[in-house]
Amino acid sequence: MPLSSTIYVLAIPFFMFLFLGLVGVKMPRKITGVLGVLGMAVTTVWAYAIAFTYFFGDGPQKVNDVYQQLVTTDWTWLSFYADKLVVKLGVLLDPISAMMLVVICTVSFMVHLYSLGYMSDHDGNPEKGFQRYYADLALFTFSMLGLVVSTNIFQMFIFFEMVGVSSYLLIGFYYGLQPANHASKKAFIVTRLADLFFLIGIMILSFYTKTFDFKEMMGANGGTICNAFTSAQGLTFMGCSVTGWALTFIFIGGAGKSAMYPLHIWLPDAMEGPTPVSALIHAATMVVAGVFLVARMFPLYVLEQGAMDIICVVGAFTAFYAAAVACTQSDIKRALAFSTISQIAFMMTSLAVSSAQGKLIGGHEAGLGYMASMFHLFTHAMFKALLFLCAGAIIHAVHSNENSKMHGLHKYMPITSIAFLIGCLAIAGIPPFAGFFSKDEILVACYEKGIGWGLWMSMVAGMTAFYMFRIYYLIFFWKKHEVHGEHAPKDQPWTMTLPLIILAAISVVAGFVPFGDLVTWNGKPLETHMNWSVAGASVGIALIGIGLATVMYRKENPLPDKLATMFKGLWTASYKRFYMDELYQFITHKIIFQGISKPIAWFDRIIIDGFFNLLGNVTNSASFGIRKMQSGSVQGYVSYYIIGAVLLAAITGAVILCI
Amino acid sequence: MFGCGLYGFITRKNMIAMLISLELMLNSVDINFVVFNRYLFPAQYEGMFFSLFAIAIAAAETAVAIAIIINVYRLAKNVDINQITKMKF
Repeated sequence: MPLSSTIYVLAIPFFMFLFLGLVGVKMPRKITGVLGVLGMAVTTVWAYAIAFTYFFGDGPQKVNDVYQQLVTTDWTWLSFYADKLVVKLGVLLDPISAMMLVVICTVSFMVHLYSLGYMSDHDGNPEKGFQRYYADLALFTFSMLGLVVSTNIFQMFIFFEMVGVSSYLLIGFYYGLQPANHASKKAFIVTRLADLFFLIGIMILSFYTKTFDFKEMMGANGGTICNAFTSAQGLTFMGCSVTGWALTFIFIGGAGKSAMYPLHIWLPDAMEGPTPVSALIHAATMVVAGVFLVARMFPLYVLEQGAMDIICVVGAFTAFYAAAVACTQSDIKRALAFSTISQIAFMMTSLAVSSAQGKLIGGHEAGLGYMASMFHLFTHAMFKALLFLCAGAIIHAVHSNENSKMHGLHKYMPITSIAFLIGCLAIAGIPPFAGFFSKDEILVACYEKGIGWGLWMSMVAGMTAFYMFRIYYLIFFWKKHEVHGEHAPKDQPWTMTLPLIILAAISVVAGFVPFGDLVTWNGKPLETHMNWSVAGASVGIALIGIGLATVMYRKENPLPDKLATMFKGLWTASYKRFYMDELYQFITHKIIFQGISKPIAWFDRIIIDGFFNLLGNVTNSASFGIRKMQSGSVQGYVSYYIIGAVLLAAITGAVILCI
Repeated sequence: MFGCGLYGFITRKNMIAMLISLELMLNSVDINFVVFNRYLFPAQYEGMFFSLFAIAIAAAETAVAIAIIINVYRLAKNVDINQITKMKF
């Protein structure tokens, strides 16, 4: 497969979106679903072929064992001012974008297939809006693929926005339900607000570097940073360099999409969308857009230690915060959402602790954190999609998100249970499952940055194991399941079970992918060693977490309740997500709406509208007063005219005489 | 002569009479043009030409006015300026 055909990987989903959106509504629902799945299957195969050619084929992409950045399509979209301000659209292939093509297509294809079953009732009849659902899924896949292959930062921004739009459409899929409407609005507004900062960052950065293009900005593989950037680093604004500001603003844009604290508030609410959508958008692909953004601009970030420190602190705090909240949530999707936030924060931290200078500690080369972050992105996408799809199967079976309605499902849904267990083991970091390898690399990178960072992240890793197994036990064990309704829950039809099995298989083996040889920040292979002290410690911590969860939640017992009453304040705070939503509510409603918007509205209504109303009213009443003068008698008019003319002549004469 | 025309225009109720008064005014202005031209700038002819133009325009205008008056008469059987109130608000 020639690499120049990468553009078709984008073209197919876009065509499917148009086709299903415009023509699909006239077709039977089932056929549109099958068409959507087929389209996505072709895209996936194509993307696999591209990635395989890129990584293992001969060609211009690999020179002396160094992976190159290839621009396979380049098209000038807008040319404002000769060669000075040109916006291009194109396809850039490098290790991370090739890897992302695989991740996005795999998860998206699984979700497409799974949705055939999930979006139908128990008799297999697709529900209302089925065509719209598949069209939106295709649009989302297209925008995410466009994002990862962006050749320049402006194209990335465009697709960032498109990802936001498609997530809005999908979260608000059940537009008849009020919570779904609120959630979709919230997601859109929060990420849009963050994107405003992204745009400001783009403007500052491109103003100084005079280019949008990644390759021009950073050179091939980040080897040669453009001179304009290095000279702009000397300029300072409020104590920091202007490039530091620009990169921090760009990070805020990424933080909005990647749900970093304090912009994470949209993600848990986004669980109002259909569960496969949560799997696709809020676990595997959209939320990694921010991580991808930072990774894409990594060669610039390493030059700005200040920006990196901010990312590091935000990431580490978010990881802990989200893990702490996930420990008490009773809604399984919400718990998974917070787990996602925590894991994404792992990736961010890992990127931020990475350094480009050859600092060799513990036998590891520079750029380990970058590699680890991308590795974790890859494995996390697989097992988090698996966990969400399992959750979807459970919700489809018991018609509730609350774990109190579940309990003891292991007997009824054995396949789902085992798949969920594999996902839990993978995320907890138990060898040989995927998460172990990637998380281990992240922890090693953190320990290299400093022992404090390492210990902190290890603790969060332990919490991850605890809360994941808490969810697992509460769903599948705890006590005997009480059957509600006429039929007992059972494993779902093959369209839903097959993706679970495939993703579970990937979650088992994905850790053995030699990521260090394939995906690194400069394209050169990276020596990785198993750091046994760190690996052993992290497995130990994970086992402690799992053990604790087993003691507390394996069988029904009063211990969790007792602990909850003992630490009542802490438990409630965690359950209420440490009141972040309430804080936002307070800030937006009490301060911004009451304090700023209301006076502005008053000014607009009373002063501005009032002034124009006054003008209108005065004119109206004045005309009403003098309307009698238009009598219709021609001779009267003439008399007035003559009197006026004579008076005017007299006045003019008098004035001339006086002068 | 202009004063006569003006007086007639204001006092007459019959539209035809008003039109004649109007012509009287126009003619007086024409005469004025010619006379002032002849006495003040005997070497130039602008005033004369202007009069010729004014006469031509006046002829056309009279034709239009007569046509309007005839139509009004057909509609209202009346050419009294104070009686034509059909379009008054």
